[in-house]
Amino acid sequence: MAPRKENTERKAFQYARGMSRSKEAERTMEAVLDTGGRGDWKQDAYGSELAQAMCAHPRSFTIPAVPDPAAYCKQNFGVGYGTDTEQAVQFAKGTTTLAFKFQGGIIVSVDSRSTMGPYIASGTVKKVIEINPYLLGTMAGGAADCAFWERNLGMQCRLYELRNKERISVAAASKLLANTMFQYRGYGLSMGTMVTGWDRTGPQLYYVDNDATRLHGNLFSVGSGSTYAYGVLDSRYRYDLTVEEAIDLGKRAIYHATHRDAYSGGTCNLYHVQENGWVKIGSWDVNELHYLYADEKENAAGAAEEKVASS
Amino acid sequence: MARYDRAITVFSPDGKLFQIDYAFEAVKKASAVVAVRAADTVILGVERKTIAKLQDPRTIRKIVKLDTHATLAFAGLNADARVLIEKTRIECQSYRLTCEDAPSLEYIARFIARTQQRYTQRGGVRPFGVSSILAGFNTDGAPQIYQIDPSGTYFGWKANAIGGRNFKGMREFLEKEWQEGLSQAEATKLTVKALLEVVDSGSKNMELVVIRRGEPAATMSDESVQAVVDQVEAEMEEAKTRGGSASGGASSATAMET
Repeated sequence: MAPRKENTERKAFQYARGMSRSKEAERTMEAVLDTGGRGDWKQDAYGSELAQAMCAHPRSFTIPAVPDPAAYCKQNFGVGYGTDTEQAVQFAKGTTTLAFKFQGGIIVSVDSRSTMGPYIASGTVKKVIEINPYLLGTMAGGAADCAFWERNLGMQCRLYELRNKERISVAAASKLLANTMFQYRGYGLSMGTMVTGWDRTGPQLYYVDNDATRLHGNLFSVGSGSTYAYGVLDSRYRYDLTVEEAIDLGKRAIYHATHRDAYSGGTCNLYHVQENGWVKIGSWDVNELHYLYADEKENAAGAAEEKVASS
Repeated sequence: MARYDRAITVFSPDGKLFQIDYAFEAVKKASAVVAVRAADTVILGVERKTIAKLQDPRTIRKIVKLDTHATLAFAGLNADARVLIEKTRIECQSYRLTCEDAPSLEYIARFIARTQQRYTQRGGVRPFGVSSILAGFNTDGAPQIYQIDPSGTYFGWKANAIGGRNFKGMREFLEKEWQEGLSQAEATKLTVKALLEVVDSGSKNMELVVIRRGEPAATMSDESVQAVVDQVEAEMEEAKTRGGSASGGASSATAMET
């Protein structure tokens, strides 16, 4: 079987590079790329192996039948702002998400714009993923990657709960996600997420990304607009904020990021993680926030002028 | 019936798996283990079988540490136990790595049970001839004892005895004498009493380990064990000479310093 397999790979490789248009290679590539219809697998000798792979364990992927699948994925399915405009598949991405821990729990605040290259695909994306009633995950990077793997994490958390009759800790949940990312390292997944919740040890916040980085911290912002959000957050963040101040800070940081970052916008969705679970505080259109803060600034400027005039 | 006891994966017509029953027999041949749950301690006691004169007794360990918070005593084939303990130790560390927390005692018991069950449902392997008693504390501080069988079942116990030629008798004794909320001294005496049912008197024939919350398991010295044995035997003598029924385990007037 071995020599035949190599031949297949070589031909597939050549087909991919446009070097060979042989019938065999064409059939192979069709079999590889045809993930829709099941086709007549029994006829195709290569097909039966592929069919096995595709119907196999739900957590395994079919990978391109090329010599170096990782490099192939990275080259043709890369996720990058501006760098993927020539690709056949442009992933939905572009985001500002932030989360910070304070005395009253954790605030999670996100935007809702999704861009594919220069096209705004959606302005109403739910970038906070409700893993379960006491765990939240955020979405930054490839939307599909985030949504899928965080739902997968939700499944793993539920199994843990059933087996051990107690909720999973945030540390363990984020570790499971990071370990999964490590398995697929180099395959071009794009995911920058914050896993947050309130467990036995209190409110916890972890940052996990697609190369299996896992960081514990008090304040994170992820996405193309994160630098703008960090500016606002770092200047006003204190651990002893009141809940109202923290909510306001979360809103402001997202607004400022959406104002300057082209890939962020839409509505600001804000969640508060409390001891008994998370609560959705609300959604605000960032355009309305713009005029709201503009008015505030004017009023503040007016008051300052009066002060200067009267002193 | 003899046809059904070769392969583990074959049921007998009356629904038995003979290999598992024979594994239980192997456990019976081993030395006894007693475990007693007190109010805030767990006492583990094992029968120390007589060993050859030239053997170094320190290398024979029937009570082992699985993790900082979990202790295991086994009855059965020593070699099988060694393999099972090694697998369990690795699993405890793997759990710590993945979940950044200590595995609960129930998780460890479930793992051992799952491992033992796996070897009852595959071709070409035989079950582990080992019964284990797992002792430690819950996250909420309550003391716990779990027993895991060669069949792969696990149960929590308040007090239990496995192995030895008369573990049923020891268990009945414990059923009569065990009470909720024993002190460490009372539990130690109860353990010694249960062991004396099957071993000849003397501290060199038994080994006791005291597990307190938050502390590593501590082996009792020979002298302290001997002191408890002496006390128990004195009480039994007293009861005999008085001609009344044997004194209950928890009704001791003198408190023991251990």
